[in-house]
This record gives sequence, C-alpha cells and structure tokens, in this order.
Amino acid sequence: MNNSIVTNILLVGVGGQGILVAAEIIAEALMLAGFDVKKSEVHGMAQRGGSVVSHVRYGEKVYSPIIPEGETDILLGFELLEAYRYLPLLKRDGKIVVNNLKINPLTVSIGQEAYPEGLSDRINHFFPDGRMVDGVALAKLAGNVKTANTVLLGALSRLCGIDEKFWVSAIERMVPGKTLAVNRKAFELGRSS
Amino acid sequence: MKEILSGNEAVARGAYEAGVKVASGYPGTPSTEILENVIRYENIDASWAPNEKVALEVAIGASIGGGRALATMKHVGVNVAADPLFTLSYTGIKGGLVLVTADDPELHSSQNEQDNRNYAKFAKIPMLEPSDSQECLDFTRLAFEISESFDTPVMLRTTTRISHSKSVTITNDPVSILPAPKLERNASKYVMLPGNARVRHTIIEERLKKLAAYAETLEINRSEMRDLSIGVITSGISYQYVRETLPDASVLKLGMVYPLPLKSIREFAGRVKVLYVVEELDPFIEEQIRASGITVIGKEILPICGELTPGRVKKAFGIASSEMQTSVQLPARPPNMCPGCPHRSVFYALHKSGAYVTGDIGCYTLGFMPPLSAMDTCICMGAGIGNATGITKVLKPDEQKKVVAVIGDSTFLHSGMTALLDMVYNNSPSTVILLDNRITAMTGRQENPASGFTLMGQESFQVDFAELVKSLGVRNVRKVDPYDFDDTMLAITEEMDRPETSVIITNRPCVLIKRTGVFKRGTPQKVDPETCTGCKACVKIGCPAIIWQTDSGLKGKAVIDPQFCTGCKVCTQLCKFLAIKGNK
Repeated sequence: MNNSIVTNILLVGVGGQGILVAAEIIAEALMLAGFDVKKSEVHGMAQRGGSVVSHVRYGEKVYSPIIPEGETDILLGFELLEAYRYLPLLKRDGKIVVNNLKINPLTVSIGQEAYPEGLSDRINHFFPDGRMVDGVALAKLAGNVKTANTVLLGALSRLCGIDEKFWVSAIERMVPGKTLAVNRKAFELGRSS
Repeated sequence: MKEILSGNEAVARGAYEAGVKVASGYPGTPSTEILENVIRYENIDASWAPNEKVALEVAIGASIGGGRALATMKHVGVNVAADPLFTLSYTGIKGGLVLVTADDPELHSSQNEQDNRNYAKFAKIPMLEPSDSQECLDFTRLAFEISESFDTPVMLRTTTRISHSKSVTITNDPVSILPAPKLERNASKYVMLPGNARVRHTIIEERLKKLAAYAETLEINRSEMRDLSIGVITSGISYQYVRETLPDASVLKLGMVYPLPLKSIREFAGRVKVLYVVEELDPFIEEQIRASGITVIGKEILPICGELTPGRVKKAFGIASSEMQTSVQLPARPPNMCPGCPHRSVFYALHKSGAYVTGDIGCYTLGFMPPLSAMDTCICMGAGIGNATGITKVLKPDEQKKVVAVIGDSTFLHSGMTALLDMVYNNSPSTVILLDNRITAMTGRQENPASGFTLMGQESFQVDFAELVKSLGVRNVRKVDPYDFDDTMLAITEEMDRPETSVIITNRPCVLIKRTGVFKRGTPQKVDPETCTGCKACVKIGCPAIIWQTDSGLKGKAVIDPQFCTGCKVCTQLCKFLAIKGNK
C-alpha cells in the first residue's frame, strides 16, 4: 500500500490560537526536508472562537489532503477540551502533545454547561505517553505570550524526524521579522521541554 | 519555483501566469482568497464588486474589450451571476474569460450545498475541475486557452477541500505576449436581441459538439490502468480519496467534467470488470454515463449529501475504517460573535423585544445562536428585507409590528437595496436594521463601498447609508450607537411600533478592522465581586469575555477576562447593581 508511509498530523484548538500559522510552518518545514506535503483546513469561522482543525500529511506521495478517519499519527492539541474531542481520530499507537490550557466554550462561560473535569488524566489514560506542555508559561518565558503556538511546534518537532534546520528555515520564512527572535526562542523552549 | 500553495493561491498564480488583465469577484467562503492573492501580482486590475452579477459583468466587459478576465465567487454567488452567465454563453468572449465557482460540499460555511457542475451543462459551457493546487494553477492557464480556442467562457470548479488545502506546486513564468486590448464593434455577437441570439444558439450547440470531441483528446482526461477488476471514474477531490483508499483500482480521471469524453468513458468501461463513478454531491457524471447506455454504480453506494472523505469512500466499498468510538458528550464549540462586536446589543434588544427577525448572510447570522437566539429566517444574501415585506402582507397589524429585518452593510449593498426599495414603494410597515460595521466581516474583513477602500488598497468614497436609504424613499431613518443599549432598545421598540417602513442604522465598526483609527478599543471592564449578586444579567448577552464562575458566592459570579474585553460597556449598562466598572 503506497499510503502506509504517509505520516498524519492533526492540529486542533480554538480560533485565534495561531493554529493555521503553525500548520503552515509544519508544512513548509516538511517540504524543505523533501517530502510531499498536503495541508487542509476550513477557513471562514476560524476567528470567532470556534473549534479549529488542521490536517498536515507528509510522505513520499500524499493523495488525500484530509487524514483518513482514525489514522492520525500525531495529535497536536492547543487546548485540552479540543484535544480530547479529537482523540477518536488518533491511532491507538499514536502520539499526542497537548497544551495544558483550558479555554471555555461560550456555553461554559455563560454557565449553561460545565467544562469537563480531569481531561489531562483522561487523555493520559488512553495515551500514557501523551505529553502535556505548558505552552503559555514557556511562551511568557520566551518573551511573548502569543508564541505559545511556536512552543507547541517545538514540542512537536522532535516527533517528525527531520533536521532542526528545516524548522528554523520554515519559521524564518513564515514569521514576521520583528517577532522572529522571540519565536525562535519559543521554538527552542518547546523543543527542549 | 516550488511552493506550498492553497488551491486559491494557485488559481491566483495561474491567472497571473495566463496574463489576466482584470479580476473581479465578491467575497464568499471558500473563494475569497483567490482575489486576495491576485493583488500580489503586477498588471492585474483586481476589484471587489458589490455582488457576483456585477463581478461577472465587469469580467465580461474586460473580455469584450479584448483582455483576459477572471471572475471569482462561491457556489451560491453563481446564482446571483446566473443572468449574465447564461447569455455570456451565447455571446462567447474576445479575451479569455474564466469563472471560478468555489463549491462548499458539507456546508462548512454556506446555506446550501448545491453542485455547480450543473451550471456547466445548463449554460452549455465547458467546466474544468482540479484535484490539487498544481492542477488549480495548470487548469486555470488551460481554461484561458480553451476559452479563446472555442470562443466560450470556461468555468473552473473548486470545492472547499481544494480551495483551502495546500500542496506542493511548481510555478512557471507568465505567458509572453497576448494581443493588446482595443475597441472593436461586433454587434451581432454581443447584442443579444432575439434575431442575433437565435443565430448564436445554433453556434453554441455546434461549439458543444466540438468541445466534446476535444474532451476525447484532452490530456487532463486520463486513464490510469491498474487492476482491471475495479474501474473508477472520478474527478476533483474525489480522485484523491479514490487513490488513497483504492490504490490498486484503475481510474479514469476527468479534468474536464463537462462536456464528458463519452467515447473514452465507453472504452474505459469496456476494459474494466465493474465500473464505478465516485463523485461528491449530485450524480452529475453518473447520470450522463447511464444515459449513454453504460452500466455504472454510483449513488447506490455513495452519499449524495455532504462531502466525501477517505472514510466515506472506504465505507462505500466495504473497506473497514479504524475510527475509535467515543460516547462522551462534550460541550460544543461553535463560532460566536467577538467580544465587543457591535451586533451583540442589537440582537439582545431584538431578543428582549420579542421581534420576529428576518435575517440573511453575515456575521450577524450568529445572532441565531443561543443565548441571543434572535433570528427567525435566513435564506440568502439580501433576503431578510424581501422576506419581511412578504410576511407583513399576510399578518394582522398587531403581528406586523413584530417583523424586523436585519442586514449588514456589505449584504445591503450586495442585494438589499432593491428589496428596501420594494418595501418602501409597496408600503410595508416593517423595520429594517442596517448593521453597518464598515467591512465585509464574515469572510475575513474585505473592503466594500462602506469601508472607503478598494481591494487594491486605494482610498475611495464611503457610502452614506442614511442618504442612500432616504433617496430610496424611506422617511423614517435613524442612527443609533449600538454600544448605547438603552438608546438601541428605544429605537427598536419605537420603530417596530411605527406603521410604516423605517430604517435604523448602527454606527460602530467591526472590532477586527486593523486599519488605525477605525475601531478604538475602550477600557476593559471589571466585575466587583463584592457588589456582584450573581443575577446573570450580563451573561445573557453571550459575550465570550464574560465568564460565569459557578463556585463563587452563593449563586456564582461573573468575571471579565481583561485580555478579551474591548470595553464596549454593554454589559456595564445591563448591571443594575453597578458591579461592572472600568478596570483601572
């Protein structure tokens, strides 16, 4: 089967967390490393606090831009509830990196529903090797709380098996010049976390 | 050069490489980014038109003038542009003309999931359907060549998964020399009076036959012979799902989905044991194949509703999928109005006043969502005003009063003006609220005649809505500041009571407008926990910046996230206990 060598990364989180930019950097880094890459997401609602999902697939040859159901190799969760929501799409032996952050959906903010308890434990129950990353704290340490997405990229980068230089060039290409230094630092902090 | 491009970016690049002179469109997911990327290239005049009909007419004009022209829109936008489209088929073109229709199977961001391949057959024009970004680029270039070779407009159809997916794409240099545009009269071709149009219709039928013959030789219609026990005819994104899930099957990949290469299809059918068509939405290819007497399996096993996915294709062919089951009910996370959105207080006032709200398409459609729950109809762009007129025609006066149409600035300019003219001309007692936030917000803040700027960043005039509405004949026009809740509530209740057409215009810009001086952030508000009684008046407006803490105080308390709060102070005005104040 020619698709057995395709690796699938699913990025999930909340509109406004920089997920689409992160997916862009991942795709760029993988292309620079010589892979065929496809990336897919749905725009239009992303800025309004809705659930956001981006698919990145890479390998020698990639056909579908969306990940076949249940075949996600790596789940990169930018928020706990969203990571938990998309767990069923992860392979049983898949890897998961999750930002240890809660963002209340509107129904929770207005007291109609409760934010589910103990999500990190539940994620660890299914995926004992799952990694929790304190993206916000590390981003603050890097110098800008808005670089939490780059911290997560750093954490993810160790799972993709490509040389660090491709990540660095991709970040240089995709991130505006004035925030490059702080993003580089955020990436390093995430990578060594 | 090798780049990762989205389908939309690749169409824009293809238009540049094809030497397009004029590009016009109206924003609509998933088509919007095509024109936003066209402006990266020199020598293309790109513009947002007030609606898709105008966009296509601008493109037609450019073509008649001899320049290559591109029109872009979402699937339902083609409905608006259908009038010029069908006659454009008759006139043909001078400079190549390509109409991009970006369809939205699964309704990711649309009001229906119509299959616009049907337009190609209906209007008797060729349609190309790319299946990745490279093909978006290549097919756009090819579409201009076909357009000029056959004197026909060409439709290029993408879907959300093509428009918004990125894949590795090789870009080329632009075509070198195209003829310079100049005025040439050719009335028998471009004046579609019956005498001329009858002649053109015959020519169009001949053109279709020539295109069908051309389809047989076209390289983008290609058969990939593998295992002969299964043969699949497919196109667009479905091709990728077929290759993904049935890697050994023989495939006839159609790059041109209308007209079909029926000889090649018959030949392919003869070489495989069982023939399938894998296509999203309507059985468009399947029905034509069946009509030509070829046995084929399609919608018996594949869904008509929704988009295809690798899993849905697997299911159709009886291949096991590895999805895990989950039974946990989780809080959903639908999109909602931004903190500080000027629409919020209007919808809260409408909710409180018990209005029957006829709406349409824009960010304000989110006024449907709880807790605001203040939208009762949404049909299409501009529909709310006409719907209000119609509803009042069948109701008694006490019920007529409840009917309020809401419409955004861009939607009003798109197709609300004529409906308002009808409302006032035919004396409907409805109230219209024109939610003027100075931008086409829902699709990602595109300029429009209310914003004062063009797509290419040039300063232009700003429409004066009060004057515009008055000139249509509306006598009762009032402006309100939607951040002043009492005034907004008063305006809505007074105008609902008025037994003639009235228009309320709100005057606050979208909070996401980045141009300096348009949206001004206020002081973030703070809830004093000592004064907060937990009455929940503030949470009823559904602002994402207000967080309800169940474990605080006897009943719970509200807290405002200073990161999200823009200081609009609508919640501040709703707090009877004066517990919300500026956060200093």
